[in-house]
Amino acid sequence: MGKRVLVTGADSFWGGRVISALEEDPTFEVLLGLGDTRPSVKFERAEFVHADSTYSILNRLVRATEVDTIVHTFLVVDSTLVAPRALTEINVIGTMNMLAAAGAPGSKVKHLIVKSSALVYGATERDPNTFKEQTPRMKSPHTRVERSLIEAEQLIREFADDHPEITVTILRFCNVLGTDLTTPLSRNLSQRLCPSLMGFNPLLQFIAEEDVVSALLHAIHNRLPGVYNVAGKGRIPWSEVMEICGTRPLPVPSFKPFLTIAPKIPFLHFDMPDELEDLLRYGRGIATRKFIGTGFHCRFTSAGAVEHFATGLRLSRAMHPPRDDSEYDHSVEQFFRHSPAVRQN
Amino acid sequence: MEDRPVEIAEKEAASMLPIPSLFPQFDDDIAEDPNRLSDIDEWGRSEHFRSMIRKAYAPIYKHWFRVEWEGLEKLPKEGGALLVSNHAGAIPSDAPVIMHGIEELLGRPVYGLADYFFRTIPFVGTMWQRSGGVPARPENAYRLLREQGQLVLVFPEGVKGPSKSFGDRYQLRRFGRGGFVEIAMRAGVPIYPIAVIGSEETMPVVARLPVVAKLLGTPYFPVTINMLTMGPLGTILPLPAKFKIRVLDPVTFDAPRGLASYPRSQVMEGTDRIRSLIQEAVYELLRKRKSIWFG
Repeated sequence: MGKRVLVTGADSFWGGRVISALEEDPTFEVLLGLGDTRPSVKFERAEFVHADSTYSILNRLVRATEVDTIVHTFLVVDSTLVAPRALTEINVIGTMNMLAAAGAPGSKVKHLIVKSSALVYGATERDPNTFKEQTPRMKSPHTRVERSLIEAEQLIREFADDHPEITVTILRFCNVLGTDLTTPLSRNLSQRLCPSLMGFNPLLQFIAEEDVVSALLHAIHNRLPGVYNVAGKGRIPWSEVMEICGTRPLPVPSFKPFLTIAPKIPFLHFDMPDELEDLLRYGRGIATRKFIGTGFHCRFTSAGAVEHFATGLRLSRAMHPPRDDSEYDHSVEQFFRHSPAVRQN
Repeated sequence: MEDRPVEIAEKEAASMLPIPSLFPQFDDDIAEDPNRLSDIDEWGRSEHFRSMIRKAYAPIYKHWFRVEWEGLEKLPKEGGALLVSNHAGAIPSDAPVIMHGIEELLGRPVYGLADYFFRTIPFVGTMWQRSGGVPARPENAYRLLREQGQLVLVFPEGVKGPSKSFGDRYQLRRFGRGGFVEIAMRAGVPIYPIAVIGSEETMPVVARLPVVAKLLGTPYFPVTINMLTMGPLGTILPLPAKFKIRVLDPVTFDAPRGLASYPRSQVMEGTDRIRSLIQEAVYELLRKRKSIWFG
């Protein structure tokens, strides 16, 4: 009997990517995507269920469909994506509802995979060079996105303690770079002038978009209880990242009043949410030994992920705007799959 | 009876388990990466930058401080070791002098542990990290010593050493809480005590201004003889006192490595032992010294 998988956040970038990847594997019997807006990706065999933003219908859904695996991809890690208030609502209340559904009597859920972020460690001057999974963060969080993620993870860990029969996997990813993904970081890097904090050149880790999806698939296929850090090998200074991406550094004075005003100056337009400012000041390193020990290897190193991102960037700079042929691909696929004119054998 | 050797082997293997392996199975961070453009390592150190700094510092080392070493040959050519030294002078010159000397004469990189406060200063913090500075944290020291087998320099007095008044010169302060001894035990590396004289006289502290320190957010703000005699230049220019550095015999501990914590009594005893070894050596060097400026 194949797995019955429910993916939350199917309308988000990651949910869509995970579902598309799962669709290629016929061993998954049922694929359900849950989201509160229409998904941007067109699914071939996964079914999309429309929910409100806090996922209150999940309880009914889990019981009715008897899913055994939940992939929780909808934790928002980019604070520029939603309004501050909605962020807590989605990350904390949404997780609460998801856990309530997974742990309700009658639920058949055996496996829960959560996509979290290394943001839970923060980035401060007191940090150790490398955060292991059990290393606590050094200062209490001062951004809403970090607070909400920590709260959500706390709920998930408590849930895991209360439900030993359910395998709960939390994956903490470092900063992701990919051609299709837009984050404050990638927006800054794709401009001609990229902000850097004057006098700081931190070491960062990156992971390529496709490695994030394969890490999530790895967690779905294997039972990995606990928390795991996931990042590409090696570290890379911010100055090198900018150089590889072919953007010029725009050194911004690193003190508070200027940094709050600067992003609002029209001709400077760049993104500098608080968590990015911390990162560009002190950087962050996470130890990936534990996840590598489970047999997973990233295709791209940190510097490789940057280079891969830069390759896509060069193409999009050369032929602006890139042609969107997903619509075309989809209809062709549908034709070959379902048209009576195609001989099925 | 045939199974016996297997049993013993298994038992031995089990008893060896808690000790972390010298060569970790998965090296997650050091990667020879063709995409990298510079040689900055995971600690932020760049050998290229460091050699430029050494080139610039060589005349100061040679002609200003006229550094003399004793027992440098005791330091290991390879493998992790913790170098512990006394610390003095408002802007302590002992750290760059020791690092420069060992790197030049021994040909091995030295990582210097210091307060994380350095990281918060723009430009200075970056240069500090590029030239081998590492925030002093137990995890960092363990990783450098045990997993990477490097030389690590630490000043257990911390800011208490450089901030003390000139009247207290060569009176070693408390050696922290003994964290450095615990790290050496955990990593299973020897401690090389190093006694330095000369640094006290490079920038003697006559007063401290805590209010200014608070305003600037620095650990302390000294008024030095240099400032009083040379004005603004004196805030960074050290006096040309002669440096003498003595490397003492390594200290090892009779403790299993790899434990999460060690008995307080053992740690404090080790701390006191190393502190008095350095203090004794400092007294001896001072007894032999005829002149502050000419040694």
